[in-house]
Amino acid sequence: MEQLKTIGRELAMGSQGGFGQSKEFLDLVKSIGEARSKAEEDRIVLSEIDILKRRLLEPDVPKRKMKEYIIRLVYIEMLGHDASFGYIHAVKMTHDDNLLLKRTGYLAVTLFLNEDHDLIILIVNTIQKDLRSDNYLVVCAALNAICRLINEETIPAVLPQVVDLLNHQKEAVRKKAIMALHRFHRKSPSSVSHLVSNFRKRLCDNDPGVMGATLCPLFDLISEDVTSYKDLVSSFVSILKQVTERRLPKSYDYHSMPAPFIQIKLLKIMALLGSGDKSASEMMYMVLGDLFRKCDSSTNIGNAILYECIRCISCILPNPKLLEAAAEAISKFLKSDSHNLKYMGIDGLGRLIKISPDIAEQHQLAVIDCLEDPDDTLKRKTFELLYKMTKSSNVEVIVDRMIDYMISINDNHYKTEIASRCVELAEQFAPSNQWFIQIMNKVFEHAGDLVNIKVAHNLMRLIAEGFGEDDDDADSKLRLSAVESYLKIISEPKLPSLFLQVISWVLGEYGTADGKYSASYISGKLCDVADAYSSDETVKGYAVSALMKIYAFEIASGRKVDVLPECQSLIEELLASHSTDLQQRAYELQALIALDARAVESIIPLDASCEDIEVDKDLSFLNGYIQQAIESGAQPYISERERSGMFETTDYHSNDHHEVTSHALRFEAYELPKPSGPPEASTELVPVTEPSYYTESHQPISTSLASERESSEIKLRLDGVKQKWGRPSYQPTTSASSTPQQAANGTTTHSDGGGVGSSSSKPRSSYESKKPEVDPEKQRLAASLFGGSSSSRTDRKSSSGGHKPAKGTANKPATIPKDPVQPPPPDLLDFGEPTATTVAATDPFKELEGLLDSSSQDGGATDVMGLYSDAAPVITTTTSVDSLLSELSDSSKGNSRTYQSQTSKGPNSKEALEKDALVRQMGVNPTSQNPTLFKDLLG
Amino acid sequence: MIKAVMMMNTQGKPRLAKFYDFLPVEKQQELIRGVFSVLCSRPENVSNFLEIDSLFGPDSRLVYKHYATLYFVLVFDGSENELAMLDLIQVLVETLDKCFSNVCELDIVFNYSKMHTVLDEIVFGGQVLETSSAEVIRAVEEISKLEAASNAISLVPNSVSGWRGR
Repeated sequence: MEQLKTIGRELAMGSQGGFGQSKEFLDLVKSIGEARSKAEEDRIVLSEIDILKRRLLEPDVPKRKMKEYIIRLVYIEMLGHDASFGYIHAVKMTHDDNLLLKRTGYLAVTLFLNEDHDLIILIVNTIQKDLRSDNYLVVCAALNAICRLINEETIPAVLPQVVDLLNHQKEAVRKKAIMALHRFHRKSPSSVSHLVSNFRKRLCDNDPGVMGATLCPLFDLISEDVTSYKDLVSSFVSILKQVTERRLPKSYDYHSMPAPFIQIKLLKIMALLGSGDKSASEMMYMVLGDLFRKCDSSTNIGNAILYECIRCISCILPNPKLLEAAAEAISKFLKSDSHNLKYMGIDGLGRLIKISPDIAEQHQLAVIDCLEDPDDTLKRKTFELLYKMTKSSNVEVIVDRMIDYMISINDNHYKTEIASRCVELAEQFAPSNQWFIQIMNKVFEHAGDLVNIKVAHNLMRLIAEGFGEDDDDADSKLRLSAVESYLKIISEPKLPSLFLQVISWVLGEYGTADGKYSASYISGKLCDVADAYSSDETVKGYAVSALMKIYAFEIASGRKVDVLPECQSLIEELLASHSTDLQQRAYELQALIALDARAVESIIPLDASCEDIEVDKDLSFLNGYIQQAIESGAQPYISERERSGMFETTDYHSNDHHEVTSHALRFEAYELPKPSGPPEASTELVPVTEPSYYTESHQPISTSLASERESSEIKLRLDGVKQKWGRPSYQPTTSASSTPQQAANGTTTHSDGGGVGSSSSKPRSSYESKKPEVDPEKQRLAASLFGGSSSSRTDRKSSSGGHKPAKGTANKPATIPKDPVQPPPPDLLDFGEPTATTVAATDPFKELEGLLDSSSQDGGATDVMGLYSDAAPVITTTTSVDSLLSELSDSSKGNSRTYQSQTSKGPNSKEALEKDALVRQMGVNPTSQNPTLFKDLLG
Repeated sequence: MIKAVMMMNTQGKPRLAKFYDFLPVEKQQELIRGVFSVLCSRPENVSNFLEIDSLFGPDSRLVYKHYATLYFVLVFDGSENELAMLDLIQVLVETLDKCFSNVCELDIVFNYSKMHTVLDEIVFGGQVLETSSAEVIRAVEEISKLEAASNAISLVPNSVSGWRGR
């Protein structure tokens, strides 16, 4: 009776609306659709789950019903609820002979199960059977399931059948079999490595659809190993040619484009094969040129192909004609109203700019429009472009923009990314160290918890080591400006922890260095920090260490130290701290204050953070003491190993045990970590970042302090391990450039303090004052972004790690193609163009990476070191030129160009300046480049 | 490769979600919610592309299209072309439109399995398989014809006692 009712209902449903589902399901969907809140929806789904659980357990569920239950299970799982109680029914349904039910079963299991699920084992057999089925739809369903359900272990079980299917008579099956093989390849390349030749064979399939499907696995294979597929270049080119010549059946046309998806895949493959390969690239030029002519840029898909061509051209060896065509296509994209096309245009510009840097100049205003677009995606893409085209002449404008944007967004992920980019650009192109510190301060202030800790260490090292030249005066100016800026910032509420660590360290090292600020003033500030961020132990640790340094310097210089009351109470509080690290520091501080000047000076020498520290790992300074002790009857020390060796004779089992305990008791600080690595002290700048390590390394001292306090050996001991308290040094290799800085610290440089902020804020403030009148402002921005592109290339080259600095002189005559009306003086031309071509081919960031790699390989230096050893020359060589460049950007309105205070650092700086000024002029001059555009803008 | 296909309505209710790499249900829900929260904050008349590394890992892009009450979303990696993916959505929608003659949100809800059939004909294991909607429709119709044929027999529900065996 029940069954009859069901049939009746099903028949009724069949005629009603054609949805083919029962009323129950319709009601479910409807009630969920009308649910007002998530809670209501959850309630409905939970009651549905109850119903389904009961129904599925009922005996003799009709198959048709079962199918619907399973669809309902899929539905509730899509809504985010667990439907695992019904998985087994879906698995059972795959065994059914009825095609509809089987397909439903496969659909459900592919959505429910992952490849490692226990139930898969029940399906593999069915899949094997179905792959051999006569009905190609069953085969397709099985192939579909394979893609999702087969893991590395089960691949061999179905592989033979899948390979057989590559020759199936139905092209739909062949296509899917190729895709399944591709999937296997992705999951476990080794399992199908012997079958790779099949892909090549299928490339010649009669059916274009199968051929197109083969391109997907080939793309993957080629991107893994380009060289072994070079022989296919001509095939790909001829296929693409045939496709563009409409040799394929009409049915492959899409929006009147012949097989566009195949074209796109082919272009992607050609980009891989042609990169850095002259002969392969030459084969492609023809067909790429044809594509540019034939592509219909009025349809979306036509533009997709155009974009893919641009990408391909930017990857293969450049060809001037094609570059021109690509540039034209890009300008069409950028001029379009569609945001999608603008996005593609910006992306294409970012790719081409590596090859021909001048191309950006034509599109400066379009780029700036994109930067101010409400569309976030477009904005980000534009920032990416700016990041790629940053050089020392425009770094200030770009980084300022980036930081403004960084402050305005909430997305932490992107904030982190853009912050790290700002840091990277600032490190690479900083026109002056003051500017660098300002930028760093901003980054830390607004994204402090998101930036990598290495950045903080880099900043501290920059301040400690300064320019790396023998210019102590500049170094102390830099430090003073840092100290001043930090004293200004320090009282702001809620600073990120990392920033506070930097601030504390710098104030400790250099707060009192030039005598402008008194020790009690600085220590008061530090106490405030420790007080305000009392929950942050790392910051407190830094603050206490900083206090210790301040007092040590005071004592060492013979001044009387009066510990502030709040500082005293801080020490007392920390003496009872739960954190052993803080306790340790507090005790040390207390002990240090009681010492005399000579001892203190040897514990914490003034401004010695860059000096190397010899680690006496044998503790030879203790020899006298030991000798004395042994003479007075003490037992000689027996090493751990010897002692455990003794145990070994009595108890074999205790051996392992002893290994463990001996491991636990090892005093790491007295060992060199690696034979070739830098001394332990090199990581010491950051003692607090890894508190466990810090405390561990200090364990020996604390125990020795505790046990032998009364024997008044403290001085001796501290002497031996002074690197713990002294300014840590970085790395022996950089020490060559670090200079004795003590002398410079004494000199006062008050008068320079004002100039620090103004030099870097100048371009920005003048730019902001122009804000109300939009067009000139944009022009200015454009000029500062794009102007001087070629002139500053020398800077960039030198900054990217001293890559053949003599290149700028290897000139050959060339002309600037954009500007026939106003040919600049020949000497400038000579200078500008050849460098453009030589440098353009190399991606500076790649170079930097390469440098990083190499530097981290040799000498076992850590990344930070490597980065810095690159960054140090950057700053030194570019500073003088760039600070002038930034001045020029102000005077580019046409005022007098001032070359004042040019301290000819390099042979090219003057030339570079002139060139820069000229290009800047051209950038804003209405008669050049694009007169109408500018006329429009200027009214 | 295509990582995921999603359809959701303008209130954020998922209508169809297919991930081409296995993800646990909770993660799927999180991603769907994440995508929706990004989509609904986008103004009108902006580009259809998004870079969503934060949700789907590095080098992930998303293309979406807004039709009436539905968002169609494709998530993919750098080996696909954004504009082409946008057209793939177009293909999908055109195909659905032909299948259901004037497709609407309800069709998608109620024809869950057919939706998947259509999708499986277009995207297979994360790769674009077929882009001609005529071809897709032909394949889908063939499947439904065969299904209908086997259905005719099974319309009379034959109870299989063996099903309760486990």
